[in-house]
Amino acid sequence: MKNWTLKGLAAGKATTKWPASGENDGQDKLLGFPTFHPQDCRPACRECILKCPTRAFSTKTGVDDEESVALDYGRCINCQICVASCPTTALQSSSNLTFASKSRQDLVVDEGANSRENDELQSRVSSIFKGSLHVRHVDAGSCNGCESELQALSNPFYNLHRLGIFFTPSPRFADVLLVTGPVVPQMKGPLLRTYEAMPRPRFVIAGGTCPISGAPFDMGYSGGSGLEIHLPVDIFIPGCPPTPAAFIHGLLLLTDRINQRLHGGGYEQ
Amino acid sequence: MGTLVKVQVAASQLLNEARSLLQEGYRFQMAYLRYMGPVPEIVYLVDRGPNFEFLELTVRAETELPSLSDLVPLLSWYEREIMDLSDIIFTGNPEPFPLVLLEGMALTSLPFDPTSKEILQLFGDTTPPQLPEVLATQVQDLFWGPIRGDVLETGEFHFAYIGEEILHYTPRLFYKHRGIEQDLQQQDPESGVILAERVSGVGTICHGLAYCLAVEDALRLDVPRRAQLLRVILAEMERIYNNLHFFSMLSKTTTLKVGEAFGALLEERAKQINAQLTGHRFLRNVLAVGGLRRDLNADILPTILSNLQRDAIDYLDSLSVTQSYLDRLIGTGPLPADVAFDFGATGPVAHGSGIKRDLRVHHPYSMYERLSLEIPVRTGGDALARSQVRGEALISAFDLIRQATELLEPGEIAAASPTSQPELADGLGWTEGPRGSCFYAVRIRNGLLERVKIKSASFSNWKVFPLTVHSSNMMDYAINEASFGLTIAGADR
Repeated sequence: MKNWTLKGLAAGKATTKWPASGENDGQDKLLGFPTFHPQDCRPACRECILKCPTRAFSTKTGVDDEESVALDYGRCINCQICVASCPTTALQSSSNLTFASKSRQDLVVDEGANSRENDELQSRVSSIFKGSLHVRHVDAGSCNGCESELQALSNPFYNLHRLGIFFTPSPRFADVLLVTGPVVPQMKGPLLRTYEAMPRPRFVIAGGTCPISGAPFDMGYSGGSGLEIHLPVDIFIPGCPPTPAAFIHGLLLLTDRINQRLHGGGYEQ
Repeated sequence: MGTLVKVQVAASQLLNEARSLLQEGYRFQMAYLRYMGPVPEIVYLVDRGPNFEFLELTVRAETELPSLSDLVPLLSWYEREIMDLSDIIFTGNPEPFPLVLLEGMALTSLPFDPTSKEILQLFGDTTPPQLPEVLATQVQDLFWGPIRGDVLETGEFHFAYIGEEILHYTPRLFYKHRGIEQDLQQQDPESGVILAERVSGVGTICHGLAYCLAVEDALRLDVPRRAQLLRVILAEMERIYNNLHFFSMLSKTTTLKVGEAFGALLEERAKQINAQLTGHRFLRNVLAVGGLRRDLNADILPTILSNLQRDAIDYLDSLSVTQSYLDRLIGTGPLPADVAFDFGATGPVAHGSGIKRDLRVHHPYSMYERLSLEIPVRTGGDALARSQVRGEALISAFDLIRQATELLEPGEIAAASPTSQPELADGLGWTEGPRGSCFYAVRIRNGLLERVKIKSASFSNWKVFPLTVHSSNMMDYAINEASFGLTIAGADR
């Protein structure tokens, strides 16, 4: 007969001190979202637009009729294909992964829009949620990658409870609705009924690239085009899937306990 | 060597042909709808035994076809899916109600029909399902889902029970149906791997690799040896973290809290090792048609994996001497071998019921034939047996990675592009993932995917699972479900 209590005690603490202190966020060696500097593009080069499997790149005509390329991280599944196809240094691999943002606009790298003021960063969350936040998760057609990483939040390394954040079985006790998946047709009804059952104030997080834009499942008879057409979204966490650290960053960002790092598509180290 | 032998039969001969194939001891794997020009045909994939090519049996689909479900129960869900997505009817199907498209939902036209000109959409709102009538007094109904407690995949489960005893159990999956098979149509085969890797998040490699193998089979590509061995390493890394997750969940359902935490921490370590090897915790964005997108440094593995292996063995040893855990697994959710075979159980579920079938051994791919591998088998058929074969599969994954690493030599990691492309090419790819067999059948016409059929391991095992729940008791349900280690995303597609 095994004494699990003693075994557990003998194993000691496994929990990271991140984000309070230390750098150990469990993201060592991960490939992050590509960095994009459109000013380094070759004129009229369209390689990334042609190669991107989720149409995250698009062209835009500026004031002087110059066409420029924009990148939407809300459609990016982090597949690195664009980096391999880029003939210059405009697109490069990075280790940047904590991309949670309060505004959909902040996910877009767009040459003309870098100087935009982000007024919408004003917190809409009452300070009463800073100590304790209850999350109801809904899988609206996910591949189970996001669920796997959300489950990882409860493992001893991330130990989400230490941050006062809990998953709740019922929407009646939930402050936040965390949605994964592109919102496929058969999940629309159950999703909206869950939202309706939540007490106010209530907040919505789009967890992963799918619920932000539907990509890569925004096609066909049973795809979805993301959460925003159904519900107001407060936090966008791109990633395919977002890492556990990116999910934590998004949850803390909602309650203003951590700073947003992505502004107008640019990432603060 | 090809992977397929093709036989065409007339609808009137279908039942007789199926009977004679069964008499040979062959096993049906899947069935799907495919169009040859404007003509719909049903394709049955049959396993003729170790190292034989698979048999592709096609029958020209008329409005009505005889159901094979009485002879081959595992085909029932395939027939129902075809009925949902076309206007073909399988007469005599024992469960002729919706499967993939839930009650209340409807399509504007037919997904795979090339003659259909209308815009294809799925619309409506889900309504309560049609359920079997239970003729007994004092029966209570419990609907659980589609959104369940904690962080779980979407699925709805109905229990008809008296007291503690479950009389009848009906899972209602496919809320998450994404229509991926149709999404892949008209894509270029190289880019299809991005979607294949995302059919099931925790099955990135078993799906992605089966897809790549199918396309490579169709285009006759020779994958370099180094890429094949690295693919084996990726596949076994996937087996490691999935099986550690399995034991964490089994500990959770048997209320062994510290055991759950140990398993979850080991899984986290395995995922972080995945990241060190590939830059992705689920091993995504490395596979490519013809090999790999970039070379991997497998030299780092022996050291970091030997620590993880030591701790995993210690963890399994601790579980195997924990009375409270064992008591709840012994005799739970028994699945007899004949039922497992007839209803299509695969992977550890089949191995736990004494069925010794593993595609890595019986239809080796990606150089598995060069590695020594013992298929773990138990005859108990209960949750304990299923957990024991999982434990052995976990440990053997470490060993397979070691064997593959030793065979690795510097070299190419991508096949040369094909010089010419046939107008029409069919390919079949398969893998034995952590949950069992995964099949991809592709048809490529003029360089584009015309049809892709996906068979995930969990699609097979979900069909079997209810049989172990009927007449069992409520207290054991969660343990039994955890012992099957099912996912929903791959089954729903």
